[in-house]
Amino acid sequence: MKEIKEKHPLAMRWTHWINFPILTIMIWSGTLIYWANDVYTITLFGHKFFGFFPEGFYTAFHIQKRLAEGMAFHFLFMWAFALNGLVYVLYTMISGEWRELVPQKKSFKEAWLVLLHDLHIRKMAPPQKKYNAAQRIAYTAIIVMGFGSLITGLAIYKPVQFYYLAWLCGGYHFARILHFALTIGYVFFFLIHIIQVILAGWNNFRSVISGFEVVNKPDPKSIVETPVPSDEKPVQ
Amino acid sequence: MKNPFNKKNKGPKKPLTIDQKINRRNFISFGTFFIASGVAYGGWKWLYNSPEETATVTAGARKPLRRALNQTELAFRRVFSNNNLVKTYPKEMAAKNVRHNEDIGNEGKIDAVAWKLQVRKKSGEILSISMDDIKALPKTDIVYDFKCVEGWDQISHWGGVSFVDFIKHFKLDDQTDLQYVGLETPDKEYYVGIDMPSAMHPQTLLAYEVNEKPLPPKHGAPLRLIIPVKYGIKNLKRIGSMTFSDKRPRDYWAEQGYDYYSGL
Repeated sequence: MKEIKEKHPLAMRWTHWINFPILTIMIWSGTLIYWANDVYTITLFGHKFFGFFPEGFYTAFHIQKRLAEGMAFHFLFMWAFALNGLVYVLYTMISGEWRELVPQKKSFKEAWLVLLHDLHIRKMAPPQKKYNAAQRIAYTAIIVMGFGSLITGLAIYKPVQFYYLAWLCGGYHFARILHFALTIGYVFFFLIHIIQVILAGWNNFRSVISGFEVVNKPDPKSIVETPVPSDEKPVQ
Repeated sequence: MKNPFNKKNKGPKKPLTIDQKINRRNFISFGTFFIASGVAYGGWKWLYNSPEETATVTAGARKPLRRALNQTELAFRRVFSNNNLVKTYPKEMAAKNVRHNEDIGNEGKIDAVAWKLQVRKKSGEILSISMDDIKALPKTDIVYDFKCVEGWDQISHWGGVSFVDFIKHFKLDDQTDLQYVGLETPDKEYYVGIDMPSAMHPQTLLAYEVNEKPLPPKHGAPLRLIIPVKYGIKNLKRIGSMTFSDKRPRDYWAEQGYDYYSGL
């Protein structure tokens, strides 16, 4: 028998989907800004593996010579990014939803098992509630990263007025590097997130829009039968 | 005709089946999702294609974005304080090769002996100040991280007279009641407007030395502005004239779509 199981609260769904276009605009306008001094590379032992970014990337996305435009967009949408993030964090704290979200002591050990399960190396995933151990870590990390972007951003935006933030971020110069690295982090998060959402399927995806999942509750007569071990719960 | 809203005509309300509930909630939430996405997309299109501002003292930015820049300036001016100082470094850390970006308004040679700084007061009175007059004032040095709007930064060492000392010595105190200082190069090719609180910040210098040597032409000989609370674009080289006003003076990069304030 089908049953509606509530999953994501309204506030979480709205802030999630509002964040998506805002973060996209922030990353795009940030790239317009970064282009003006595009000095970051991945260099190990004197060998340059990658330079951010190749000429073809800039041409493909029309990034060149748009610094002023990038700054104008960035300094408008920063308000929206901060505000939306603040609403989400406050909601999560006050509602008690954080209990489902922040990693527990066992999460770090369990996250490996989740990973092995997701890579089809291990059959069983550890039992979970709303989020599995890996999700707890990833979704908490992304909030910490968002906070990091805010702090490093303010540190490079007003390094004199917020000199203590610049100090906290290891100075103006390093704060810009951190701000950039966090952005690259979002892109990686996004890629893995999309893959996981596709693998988890429709029921899971829908729950981030409509808030619920449809679960198949065993028929009343099957109650006497052996219950399904919670280990076999599919991972979403 | 029967009133369809009359409840008496209805049979007992049947509870929704589970599938009906699912469909109803899907319909509402996905409907909202698509409408909200459409509104967001429309809003973005509107913003992206919004007309360029009418060229005044600022130009080149989309109208709503310029408004946002100006509003954001007001918000961040509230945290501006003379107690917030740029970090300073020992002079050994200063770059020997000081980075040089642009020469707008600073091209060709200038006769430093004949050069005079023209300070025009609000009353119209003009002071002509020579390099010797300026060098007679106490010298202030600063070694700090110079920040370019492009994103690079470099620790550099500058020496000159602090702007506050300059104002006091030439008895321009009454001029600082006005809201802006305008600086222009002698050829008027490059010009900046600085809000008074930033100009009067204790670390603002009228610099005539870099690395304890007279400024070379490319760094703005004979006198340039060093203002650590602003991006490099506001640090005008080769100052020709100084004005005071309550209106924003013209500003080279603010005419190219950059934020007028550009404060750090």
